[in-house]
Amino acid sequence: MALLSKKDANLIKDPLADNNPITIQVLGICSALAITAELKASVVMAISVLFVLGIGNVVISLMRNIIPSKIRIIVQLIVVATLVIIVDQVLKAFAYELSKTLSVFVGLIITNCIIMGRFEAFALGNGPWRSFLDGIGNSLGYGIILVIVGFFRELLGSGTLFGIPVLGNPINKTGLYALGYENNGFMIIPPAALIVVGIIIWVQRSKNKALIEDN
Amino acid sequence: MSDKRLTFKKRLHILKHHYRDKKMAPAFNAIHTFLFSPDDTTHSGAHVRGADDLKRTMNMVIMALLPVLLFSMFNAGYQYYAAIDAANNVSREFSLWDTFLTWDNFWIGIIKVLPLVVVSYGVGLLVEFIFAIIKGHEVEEGYLVTGMLVPLIVPIDTPLWMLAVAVVFGVVIGKEVFGGTGMNILNPALTIRAFLFFAYPTWMSGDKVWVYQAVERTGTADAISGETVLGALAQNNLAELNYSVSDMFFGFIPGSVGETSTFLILLGGLFLIYSKIASWRIMLSAVIGSLVMGLIFNLVVDMGVISEASNFYGLMSFEYWKHLLVGGLAFGIVYMATDPVTGSQTNKGKWIYGFLIGFMSVMIRVFNPAYPEGVFLAILLMNVFAPTIDHYVVKANINKRLKRFKNATILPKDSDSKAEELKAETV
Repeated sequence: MALLSKKDANLIKDPLADNNPITIQVLGICSALAITAELKASVVMAISVLFVLGIGNVVISLMRNIIPSKIRIIVQLIVVATLVIIVDQVLKAFAYELSKTLSVFVGLIITNCIIMGRFEAFALGNGPWRSFLDGIGNSLGYGIILVIVGFFRELLGSGTLFGIPVLGNPINKTGLYALGYENNGFMIIPPAALIVVGIIIWVQRSKNKALIEDN
Repeated sequence: MSDKRLTFKKRLHILKHHYRDKKMAPAFNAIHTFLFSPDDTTHSGAHVRGADDLKRTMNMVIMALLPVLLFSMFNAGYQYYAAIDAANNVSREFSLWDTFLTWDNFWIGIIKVLPLVVVSYGVGLLVEFIFAIIKGHEVEEGYLVTGMLVPLIVPIDTPLWMLAVAVVFGVVIGKEVFGGTGMNILNPALTIRAFLFFAYPTWMSGDKVWVYQAVERTGTADAISGETVLGALAQNNLAELNYSVSDMFFGFIPGSVGETSTFLILLGGLFLIYSKIASWRIMLSAVIGSLVMGLIFNLVVDMGVISEASNFYGLMSFEYWKHLLVGGLAFGIVYMATDPVTGSQTNKGKWIYGFLIGFMSVMIRVFNPAYPEGVFLAILLMNVFAPTIDHYVVKANINKRLKRFKNATILPKDSDSKAEELKAETV
């Protein structure tokens, strides 16, 4: 028994690859550049967006027939803001250090184009179950890019993964560092994220030529 | 004709046809055409082929760079022995033949500078070949100059693997993603330099990296160091600065491998101007720009606004024209700013582009707290703005002409007297 019908499954599958919010629609770039210097922050950001977009999409979808069209953006903002404040408070209570790392970017989930985009484009016109799947799919698509970028930036920039040294100790010169290897300071600064995202887009488009726009 | 009577050239042509349409063709052709002119003929239309094709142009720049490279190899050794003497408090007299142009000095150049050149060319051309084979076009000559520039603009103690990583980054991200030679927005050599600077700042600045072995000797009894002129100025160490103006001009100072000798760079620049490879407009306006900015800083110091305790005092009080003698300014202006691909194309644009490069180089040099040099940043910045400058120059020209056209009074056409006469005759 298939858990999801094929149509529903595509709601989750598409944003992961061929309709990825970051690499194809180029939304949510701001946070992707800002917080991906560490893998941990990337994962937490991905989970936060998963929570906000998953629940937000359902809420908007449930209210879609009673929201007056003229004030729908304000209603959407209130829903996102409520959810983001919950995320923010939970992080502050249980992962204070991490919430400091993410700083303002948790709050800025409100302005993440992916979220408002999905509310407008999908949740306002579809039922709660499909909206939920769409929210999950898009935030997973967003999260997977964040994790890939975070992985490379932390590995090459700091020589760690989730804060655990994997390439040896740069101060005591063990592991790779004994051979003269050094961390790449460029990967820690945000422009590196732009380049890593660019390389992902490059790889994705050369694998799937259909994604290349004609000029 | 038997095989034996074929010339080497002919054999290569035959091999070339053999490899045609194979995947390896671009790689083979690149080596083939490096030695001989290809036997291709133009297939459509009438064309005039200039002798100064891309390869010749590149070779001219390489020729302008060779004296600088040779000088840098001697200077590598000279700075090394000078630093050792300085550490042992041995006084040292400079003499061109006895202390500078010696085999000892040259040997250090061979073991330190040549590997940089080899790695730069090896890795860069490998990337070019791979891309040419994947994309199925001919290998482009663009890397010939870049590969020579790169070793000349890095500190001598740059680890080779770092250079290799940076070259891969610079060629792929700086050039190939935009479509290869001629399509790049940023100068690839400077992209490589900027990558090294941001990725491994400890290897690109400080007083250790400019002299062979200074990094290895840190903390030992034999420790040596060689602070660049700009480095000393940035720390307000005016007293320690004991290089004369002629030292700075001829290049007997520590610095990136090939940037020290303003004299040879000047000769190279004149050669490039004479052979019409590089734009004199860019060079001249960049020199003017740097002098103007230097004068402004000198003026600020003269007005007494900046106290001697200020972090910027050393660099701001540096005589304005000396900025051209130290650091990479001269090298950048002559060999980097004049890159025809990334620079401005219009004549007026070249003046603006060059002026801003000189102006900003000195400005960044003085105000950059982390690193007392700004030439590569200024040139990269202006590379980005070059198309914008050109756009407005062209637009201004169009507007000027439109205005002229609108204001022109169109006189009623005089009757054509000749035609009238003819008419009269026929009638």
